[in-house]
Amino acid sequence: MARNALPPVRRGLPALLMDRSVPGRHASTLPVCDVPLSPLPPADLLRDDLPLPEVSEGELVRYFLHLSQLNYAVDTTFYPLGSCTMKYNPKWHDEVAGWPGFAQVHPLQPEATVQGTLRLLYQLQQFLSALTGLPAASLAPLAGAHGELAGMLIIKAYQRAHGQDQRDTILVPDTAHGTNPASAAMAGFKVVTVPSDAQGNVDLSALKDAMNERVAGLMLTLPNTLGLFEPNVLEVSRIIHEGGALFYGDGANFNALLGQVHVADLGVDVLHLNLHKTFSTPHGGGGPGAGPVLVREPIARHLPAPIVQVAEDGTFHLVTPESSIGRIGGFAGNFGVLLRAYCYIRSLGAAGLREVSEQAVLSANYLRVLLKDVLALPYERTCMHEAVFSAALLKAHDVRAHDIAKRLIDYGFHPPITYFPLIVPEALMIEPTETESKETLDAFTAALSSIVREAREQPEWLRSAPHGAPVARLDEARAARQPDLRWRPAAP
Amino acid sequence: MAAPSPYIPSTETDRRAMLATVGVESVADLFAEIPAALRNPRIVLPEPLSEMELKRELAALAAQNTNTDSALCFLGAGSYQHFVPAVVRALVSRGEFATAYTPYQPEVSQGTLQATYEFQSLVCQLTGMEVANSGMYDGATALAEAALMSARITGRQRVVVLEGVSSAYREVLATYASGPDLVIDPIAPGSLPLDEGAACLVVQQPNFFGYLEDLRRCAEAAHAVGALLVVSADPISLGLLRPPGHYGADIVVGEGQALGNAISFGGPYVGLFACRQEHLRQMPGRIAGRTLDAEGNPGFVLTLQTREQHIRRERATSNICTSEQLVGLACTIYLAALGRTGLRQVAELCYQKAHYAAARIAALPGWRLPMEGIFFQEFVAVGPRPPAEVNAALLRQGIIGGLDIDGRIPNGMLLCFSELHSRHDIDRLVAALDSVGGE
Repeated sequence: MARNALPPVRRGLPALLMDRSVPGRHASTLPVCDVPLSPLPPADLLRDDLPLPEVSEGELVRYFLHLSQLNYAVDTTFYPLGSCTMKYNPKWHDEVAGWPGFAQVHPLQPEATVQGTLRLLYQLQQFLSALTGLPAASLAPLAGAHGELAGMLIIKAYQRAHGQDQRDTILVPDTAHGTNPASAAMAGFKVVTVPSDAQGNVDLSALKDAMNERVAGLMLTLPNTLGLFEPNVLEVSRIIHEGGALFYGDGANFNALLGQVHVADLGVDVLHLNLHKTFSTPHGGGGPGAGPVLVREPIARHLPAPIVQVAEDGTFHLVTPESSIGRIGGFAGNFGVLLRAYCYIRSLGAAGLREVSEQAVLSANYLRVLLKDVLALPYERTCMHEAVFSAALLKAHDVRAHDIAKRLIDYGFHPPITYFPLIVPEALMIEPTETESKETLDAFTAALSSIVREAREQPEWLRSAPHGAPVARLDEARAARQPDLRWRPAAP
Repeated sequence: MAAPSPYIPSTETDRRAMLATVGVESVADLFAEIPAALRNPRIVLPEPLSEMELKRELAALAAQNTNTDSALCFLGAGSYQHFVPAVVRALVSRGEFATAYTPYQPEVSQGTLQATYEFQSLVCQLTGMEVANSGMYDGATALAEAALMSARITGRQRVVVLEGVSSAYREVLATYASGPDLVIDPIAPGSLPLDEGAACLVVQQPNFFGYLEDLRRCAEAAHAVGALLVVSADPISLGLLRPPGHYGADIVVGEGQALGNAISFGGPYVGLFACRQEHLRQMPGRIAGRTLDAEGNPGFVLTLQTREQHIRRERATSNICTSEQLVGLACTIYLAALGRTGLRQVAELCYQKAHYAAARIAALPGWRLPMEGIFFQEFVAVGPRPPAEVNAALLRQGIIGGLDIDGRIPNGMLLCFSELHSRHDIDRLVAALDSVGGE
């Protein structure tokens, strides 16, 4: 968009469902009751009002299509959110997930009637083991953070089973995503933060200092949230294990490592994967995802229930490991998501998956080199799947990372993650993924270059961005101060 | 290099140009920090296949399942089959919804955010509560989080659970409670009132066996000792029944799957989570709020984020990030499609079909309904033979019978009915049960 164009007329947001509701309208038809009527429960048990909207089907479609068009999405736009792996999601996976043979199967059906589903889940467990080198998997966790919680409870159970009840602490590097300390705390652990060194790696001497007989485990994201591979990972593993602790790998960034290395060989004992990221299932605007957890053999007995096993007669069964941390979700995992990940692995194979990580890392490094003189690059090293830049230099023009992010919207790009990792001032965390073309990466670079020029020449234009979005910059402080969290009837 | 993936646009020419820009000879150079001896491990996976071939394979796998489109199914117990109008799937499938992510950048996520605000509004309206979040993983984890939240609010460590709460939900609660070492105390409804020291009383409505609990009495018992009342409510039943909020519930959770989502072997589902205004800042999960933009026009953002892991880290109310957004969107569209009269109709149809079936089954020789009270769409039937044998015989007639709860009620079977079951379907079940009883 031209820099000096008049601000567009904002179309504004459509009226809420309840505000467009008209008594008597409806968008569905139901059969009349074909059985003799029984008396309803006594009136004091029944509700006297059911405040739901009344709209026709056409209005309903138009309303939600209008809403959909207010979003940027991978299907519409380059969406380089760091650590979120916003890659293209193949359409045929969605079609298969909707087949009655998968979608219309009840989780409590007799196992003999769900052998196809169980076989698929069993194979997926094996595929994930083949990719990580960790022999045992549970597909039960329903999201990445849910896998982390499972992993933390597994470590707690393992340490207790070994008489190590005093191990009540988890070490977390300062680059870690907020879920890591939150998951450790939810599992009842104390959290101790380990600083990074000047290269963005775990500070080994600080790690050694932090190790003691109270430490149950270390959580490390591989590659870390700076997009950097931990070159001392084997030394980290040695320190952890010699101290009697377990090594938890956060696999949120596994897209960088697909086929390149078995994380088991790096010393990881317990790992979760974010299937919605690496294995290309639609992020849904914030879920559903899936966060399977994988472990070494001696730890397998603590996996969350259920896991799929094959019997001698070749039939598949859901079983609870003997010292399981227990059930972590209502049923056996987010099957619809697991199915899509299965499709992805089967359609790419080992070589295709290796190609994914190669291109993802090449694309990230391409952006790193193109952008390092546009923005500052605090850790000037080869990166993995993402690169973290700093906009701190633009503070001289009173422009912040936030302003750059908002201005990118006007150029038709979804902004990167901002202000994370916490150790980088004015951070912009960019993950291109392998599914973006060189042309897109070049256009994105050109946009950022143009924005940085604008930051020097007309910074106010950035501070008031976005100019081309359905709404102007939103007042988040007001939202928190005066919570308006649901529809209420207008005052008469 | 393998056959090029349809999802990677880079050609060999692109790759060479990018490598030249980066200043390395080959992609392998970019992985040089991985210890050399560990690189490129042997990875054994099946050979890749095309979309067409894989669909054939997957169709063969799907054919090994008995699905509820081809067989009559009378299972419920936390996963419910209902009719889903086509409009729900058509809208949820839009890539603009499905391939977006958590609305960290609200100006380009107003669609997701406004839909979330609608979801929160409808959950409040359905449950009779003051505030709701944008969704949890599923009904079971929502219940577990409600118990943790009750412990935080009251500073107490004991969670009292009515025996009518689903055993799967109680298992998940036990897993979550093992973190902060909460004590779980299962009780029969007869053992109310509660002792002092309870953080909350957890009730399922209708309970696992399909019957209504006395929520008024539960609320009085909980509040008398300063405990919170946590109700796990089935959302379809709320089309007919007085909502838990009207009984004084402090936290209401529920499984949202029934509102427009497939049973899909247990997931993805969405947990509903609502509470009283005063507890808002202890609520887990994402919350969307309405605010103003710089030009004074309304817009939506994620709000109250100081509760959350990315700000508060180990002091967050929960580690949860997801809101099962797309599943919640289906709930929103489903509720809007059915509307005020439609949801009531669905609830009444479920109730009527179940009561017709109950009367017919109770009249069969050797069969009885062991429980007293009012049920909604599920009930327990006790037959003359173990449910495993009954179900095996039903399956031979193309019927997936009720859930085998022989372990809790000898020869007991939990049967579920909905608007999907025609009178003919129910008559078929009854005839099959009759013939099985006499075999």
